[in-house]
Amino acid sequence: MTSLLVVIVLVLLAVAIWQLTKIFDLTQVSLDSDDSQVANDDDNNVQGYLMFGFLAFIYIFTIYGVYTWGHLVLHTPASDHGATIDRLMNITWVLIFTVQAITQVLLHYFAFKYRGNKDKRALYFADNNKLEAIWSVIPAVVLAGLILYGLYAWTNIMFIDEDDDTVVIELYAQQFKWTARYAGADNVLGKANVRLIEGVNTLGVDLSDPYAQDDIVVSELHIPKGKKIHFKMRSQDVLHSAYFPYFRAQMNCVPGMVTEFAFTPIYTTAEYQALPYMVEKVANINAIRAKKSLELVAKGEPGLDPYTFEYLLLCNKICGSSHYNMQMKVVVDTPEDYKKWLSEKTNLVAEVKASKAEPAAPDASSAKDTTVAKDTAAVAKIAMK
Amino acid sequence: MSAEGHDHGHDHEHEHHHKDTFITKYIFSIDHKMIAKQYLLTGIIMGVIGVSMSLLFRMQLAWPEESFKIFNVLLGDKFAPNGVMANDIYLALVTIHGTIMVFFVLTAGLSGTFSNLLIPLQIGARDMASGFMNMISYWLFFLSSVIMICSLFVEAGPASAGWTIYPPLSALPQAIPGSGLGMTLWLVSMAIFIASSLMGSLNYVVTVINLRTKGMSMTRMPLTIWAFFVTAIIGIVSFPVLLSAALLLIFDRSFGTSFFLSDIYIAGEVLHYQGGSPVLFEHLFWFLGHPEVYIVILPALGITSEIIATNSRKPIFGYRAMIMSIIAIAFLSTIVWGHHMFISGMNPFLGSVFTFTTLLIAIPSAVKAFNYITTLWKGNLQMNPAMLFSIGLVSTFITGGLTGIILGDSTLDINVHDTYFVVAHFHLVMGISALYGMFAGVYHWYPKMFGRMLNKNLGYVHFWVTAVCAYGVFFPMHFIGLAGLPRRYYTNTNFPLFDDLQNVNVLITTFALIGGAFQLVFLYNFFVSIFYGKKAVQNPWKSNTLEWTTPVEHIHGNWPGEIPHVHRWPYDYSNPGHEEDFVPQTVPMKEGEVVLHH
Ligand code: HEM
Ligand SMILES: [Cu+2]
Ligand SMILES: [Cu+2]
Repeated sequence: MTSLLVVIVLVLLAVAIWQLTKIFDLTQVSLDSDDSQVANDDDNNVQGYLMFGFLAFIYIFTIYGVYTWGHLVLHTPASDHGATIDRLMNITWVLIFTVQAITQVLLHYFAFKYRGNKDKRALYFADNNKLEAIWSVIPAVVLAGLILYGLYAWTNIMFIDEDDDTVVIELYAQQFKWTARYAGADNVLGKANVRLIEGVNTLGVDLSDPYAQDDIVVSELHIPKGKKIHFKMRSQDVLHSAYFPYFRAQMNCVPGMVTEFAFTPIYTTAEYQALPYMVEKVANINAIRAKKSLELVAKGEPGLDPYTFEYLLLCNKICGSSHYNMQMKVVVDTPEDYKKWLSEKTNLVAEVKASKAEPAAPDASSAKDTTVAKDTAAVAKIAMK
Repeated sequence: MSAEGHDHGHDHEHEHHHKDTFITKYIFSIDHKMIAKQYLLTGIIMGVIGVSMSLLFRMQLAWPEESFKIFNVLLGDKFAPNGVMANDIYLALVTIHGTIMVFFVLTAGLSGTFSNLLIPLQIGARDMASGFMNMISYWLFFLSSVIMICSLFVEAGPASAGWTIYPPLSALPQAIPGSGLGMTLWLVSMAIFIASSLMGSLNYVVTVINLRTKGMSMTRMPLTIWAFFVTAIIGIVSFPVLLSAALLLIFDRSFGTSFFLSDIYIAGEVLHYQGGSPVLFEHLFWFLGHPEVYIVILPALGITSEIIATNSRKPIFGYRAMIMSIIAIAFLSTIVWGHHMFISGMNPFLGSVFTFTTLLIAIPSAVKAFNYITTLWKGNLQMNPAMLFSIGLVSTFITGGLTGIILGDSTLDINVHDTYFVVAHFHLVMGISALYGMFAGVYHWYPKMFGRMLNKNLGYVHFWVTAVCAYGVFFPMHFIGLAGLPRRYYTNTNFPLFDDLQNVNVLITTFALIGGAFQLVFLYNFFVSIFYGKKAVQNPWKSNTLEWTTPVEHIHGNWPGEIPHVHRWPYDYSNPGHEEDFVPQTVPMKEGEVVLHH
């Protein structure tokens, strides 16, 4: 409602300005057709100064932005290759800021300096091959440098060496949740296809495949620090995109094909939470949430929980109504904790067996499942029945 | 006198004998000037709708799930119960906003208006090569606009899969309600739009090649014409590919083929699709989609070239380099589409190739920006509103273009792809820049279109508020994008992680609402001046190009007598060999005058 009021006020403001200019117009006696609506020297002067003022605006706004919002920008990458990306990003930013600073000054300063005047005449300066060569070649050389660095980094990040000692995990996307499948002891995922989806086997894993026998399906992603994780992505319905902003990693999930991305986490969740910048960020967010909570409670609604940082997997490709809430918690453990966590999980084959046995005693099964229910999407589904 | 000139003179006498009825003059007109005005008017109406939509969903982003009376009034009980915007309609609004702005406003509205108005007038032709086809082109555009608007009122809601309509989301009504009838209408509307666009483009190309007046060689054409000409060629090359993608998608949706779909399990059942690939659709879409951004921006740059030269009272700097960069951009624009797909799952090797071609295209774009700046240098700048918008265009084109270096680099794109950083980038470099080009064109050629002048003071107010708000809206978006905020999110309240971005979102929306409201100043100026504006003189900006040699009152065939002949390039401003600071193209070379440019 308030914003509607703002809009109305603005409209009225616009009308007021119109009235003012109208008065201004009336003071200029005019013939039927004239050039009163063509800029005269007074206009050139005023607008020239405004151009200069606009330059100041761009500069001040940029500095203000960097100063007040700079800390929002992702930094301290939590993955091995993230540092390479951030370095390339920073180099590019230096270039961009330099070029932006210089060209905007020239543009607006010229607009101010050479503002029109009846008594002046412009310089007839139609071309100059040397100048044009310079500003074709300089960008070409600079960009070539960036490209080379970029391609080198891209090749290292994207081409995954199958022989590497990696942990293979499948990320499975569907409207609107993520599921993960661990390859188990053999580190090879069993074959899967949506046509095999049945009951607890929500990922359509081919249970007759020997590689599938030790596969484990979970709804919260745990990964070990310092180990290269090789993600293989699938989607069962529409396009999704597995986006891990803190790990500088993203790959689309495409129905009908398997896509891949690999990275090595370098901070455990606990370590990342303790980074000074993150402590500050979380404190800031909690201050905001506390304030919002007060408002909510005053309105008689429940307040907000305080926030602790967790790595997240987001969906970053429009995938339907609840695209905005398709997320999965990601936990980076020490290798020991990771092993322990994984060893407590039941594998899919066992789960399927359990569910086949279950219809006889549905009540008993949902009771005994409470220990795993938190982690296992499949079991959660049974519990719901 | 050439035989050609004579023929046209005769045609024209003929025209005078029969009187136009209201219908043939204003509705089914085959006069390019009237068709241009029809395009402009339709474009403006679509623009008002498209921008209003963005204001609505911006309000939702700033004040998530809050109740606004206006939502309920505009969206109804189904999509805004109690005034709270629903998540489905949010996506629908984003989708239709994008579609309308890119295709209906900045392709048809911009190119359609100024190509139609200026091509015959600036090359010295009586009309387009085929006036009839031109008329059909407009009416198909009109029809497609009507269908797109109708799709807003479909029971389940309009298309909601993003303006890029990637399948399977766009193919399956089970996936999102908007992919039912809403998407069908979207596809039908776009297919008709493409037909319209192709007819227009063919007409432009043929007209430029065949109907230039005596002396108007290709290298004496204004850069506006070069830009429209090359844009039309890009359109002819790339729009058919979108058409085929749309047709294949229609087949998948309605006839059970599997071009883009495979292995899908949705709403509890396995669908029969097998063997298709959504990535194929992405290739087809972006094969048009990337050239499309140049279809949008090149005419704006052409308009700007003309306006900056005229108002600087200086030749455009590097005329030939400008032509070369237009051609280079056109060529390169067809081989960079993959930069929208670095992380689509295509082979990473292709990513390397597309990074390379993408950064190549930055070079001609940079040349253009530098040439504009040099044109201002030591000029005698006449600060008309059109000039301000042109300078504004150069500013936003640079700011937006520079962040393209990040997005075009596959390595950096990994983490900013599909975030608000992208939204900031493309709005500045294409949305705002092209919109400025369109405004500049309207302010500059309004006297040619309506025989009256726009009020300059309102123009100044319009420009400055818009300029501040455009930066105010899109500059902060870079930061929230770099913070990792995905685009096309209905709200980010489900991520406490993003709570610290909320005040930035409020600021953005505030700027958007102010900027949006001030467009009313323009609309007022535009519509009131048609009737009450100051009468225009024949050549108000003291310009060199041919359109200003026609009478203020529109006549069929443009020139009452013979078509003028051209003796020089269009940029003889402040030529030291001449008394006046402009030398129209129709002025013969003086005895012993040398050409001062390359
Ligand atoms: C008042 C001015 C405008 C505002 C406030 C605005 C704002 C926005 C916002 C917030 C989005 C949604 C981003 C997302 O969630 O992904 C968006 C999308 C978009 N806008 Fe605008 N916009 C404006 C004008 C324009 C113009 C002039 C164009 C012309 C090119 C344009 C083209 C688009 C496109 C293509 C999309 C993407 C739609 C999609 O994701 O399917 N917008 N706009
Ligand atoms: Cu998703
Ligand atoms: Cu592109």
